[in-house]
Amino acid sequence: MEQFLQQIASGLANGAIYACVALALVMIYVSTDHINFAQGEMAMFSTYLSWQLMTWGASYWVAFAAAVVLSFILGVIIERAILRPLHNAPVLSVVVVFIGLLAICNSMAGAIWSYLIKEFPSPFPKSSFGIAGVIGPHQLGVVLVTLIVLGLLFAFFRYTPLGLAMRAAAQNPSMARLVGVRVDWMLALGWGLAAAVGAVAGVMVAHIVYLDPNMMGGILLYAFAGALVGGIGNPGGAVLGGFIVGVLENMVAFAGNQIEKTTGIYIIGNGEKLTVALIIVITVLTVRPAGLFGRVVVKRV
Amino acid sequence: MPAFPKQWLWGLIALAVFVPLLQPVLPDVVSNYRLFLVSTMIIAAIAVLGLNLLTGFNGQISLGHGAFYAVGAYTAAVLMDKLNVPYWLTLPCAAAVCFMVGYLFGLPALKLEGHYLALATFSLALAVPQILKYKWLEKVTGGVQGIVLNKPEVPFGIPLTEDQWLYYYCLITMLALFWAANNLLNSRSGRAMMAIRDYHIAADTMGIDTALYKTVTFGISAAYTGIAGALSASAIAFVAPDSFNLFLSIKFLIGLVVGGVGSLAGSVVGGIFYVLVDNSAQALSLFVKNDLGLQFDLSAYTIFGILLILLMYLMPMGIVGGVYLAVRRLRQ
Repeated sequence: MEQFLQQIASGLANGAIYACVALALVMIYVSTDHINFAQGEMAMFSTYLSWQLMTWGASYWVAFAAAVVLSFILGVIIERAILRPLHNAPVLSVVVVFIGLLAICNSMAGAIWSYLIKEFPSPFPKSSFGIAGVIGPHQLGVVLVTLIVLGLLFAFFRYTPLGLAMRAAAQNPSMARLVGVRVDWMLALGWGLAAAVGAVAGVMVAHIVYLDPNMMGGILLYAFAGALVGGIGNPGGAVLGGFIVGVLENMVAFAGNQIEKTTGIYIIGNGEKLTVALIIVITVLTVRPAGLFGRVVVKRV
Repeated sequence: MPAFPKQWLWGLIALAVFVPLLQPVLPDVVSNYRLFLVSTMIIAAIAVLGLNLLTGFNGQISLGHGAFYAVGAYTAAVLMDKLNVPYWLTLPCAAAVCFMVGYLFGLPALKLEGHYLALATFSLALAVPQILKYKWLEKVTGGVQGIVLNKPEVPFGIPLTEDQWLYYYCLITMLALFWAANNLLNSRSGRAMMAIRDYHIAADTMGIDTALYKTVTFGISAAYTGIAGALSASAIAFVAPDSFNLFLSIKFLIGLVVGGVGSLAGSVVGGIFYVLVDNSAQALSLFVKNDLGLQFDLSAYTIFGILLILLMYLMPMGIVGGVYLAVRRLRQ
């Protein structure tokens, strides 16, 4: 039973990370209909930035905040410089540009900081934090930090005029433009926020998966799964979906272990995590593309 | 785009056939290493052609063709390693297996369009190395270690070296596959494929069975890429799960975009291009470090990434399309 609780708790911690990346994906998808394949690599790059600041002597939280701000700026620049001209381009062009971004981020990080795996510190005190036997200090910290970030984002979108303008720009660009919202800048801000949220996820997860240029591959896949489960057009749903797949991931591995223990037959384990995510992605896409909480969009022919 | 002039085509083929025979005369120019490099370019061209059939001619985006390459390579490797099947027989087997896998993947893909299909295939590309390491497959696939194979032997006592024979083996396969693709595209079925790409709904109302065509195209495309994978297994004489990662699929995408989406000749250009950049990245990196004085490791993927983005702005039709447009503009 204790093991079971542990698995759920660490699933929630992973889920918090997936929720952040899924939310970043959804923020871009809602406003531009683009799926950002480079989201994970951008977050990885931000994490390296914070690591660099820490090796230069900054404290954890200063480096964390600086990385988030830098990512925000980078996100805005990428939107303005690279994606703006492609606003009405065919899907293939957009996908190709995202893959290009992914390749650039990945190889640049490898070139600047090398492909060696690095350890990443955790800011949460080992002794006084966490609940013994259920959840470790870093995992609890991750859940708390992401919940705070998600809460702040929710408040921003719900209660500030700027958040309202951004929602309007995403929902109905032409009407928003008519009432004086600068839609172009709202999209760029959305990109910046998505990059910043991704950075939070990257810095938080780096202690768990260690820092290397390919660290976000699996996380991005789970974030996709989470976003799809919740509904890729629904921010709240995506967050919930992230938590769901996080717990599901650990439950599947746990169940696999139990089966192996009792019957001695290996079916599924930790080595199949990405396969599980792939199955979730394809199942949701084919069975219910709108996800659990998404609205079914009727397309006019 | 107009067809490539026939005389040029025959000239190029003749060149490709006769140059390796000059090896005894010009051993420095036609070295074994270069022959091997050209063989890998040929394999790359076939793989890119496979992706092009699907994405360029049928409009279904795939970011996961590395998966079919892996299936082809592993089919060939397992057949040669466990069942002692002769290497040339692995090509049709790999093609059949990959056709089935591609067809099956094409069924759920029917319900997906644009970004969603890209997402599904992207996920596939990410998961491939793990699937190959699955414990139950370990006995057959060799797990993380992969499988070590023998290079193809020269048959019938033909007086060729191993590398020369490998080159001709790849060349013959490529010519046959391009000939078949060309015929397919110029047939009723090929026109149907392109009609679906251009306007799905109109094609449907014209009586084209879009579901059938899309899934079969997925199968054919996977079979082409699978054959390339099987060839590469023979050529490198080794397969291992971690070489079939996301970046393999990205390389195919590079080949597709550089050569030109929806261009047969472009697939060759694209294949040659990505192998060339991949191989000269080290030299380029040294050049940047020593001659330009930048303390920076330039990786092939930085070049790939920048090119992907630039090409989308400057030459959306790829290099072949861009050159063709430039020539036409000059003539006017």
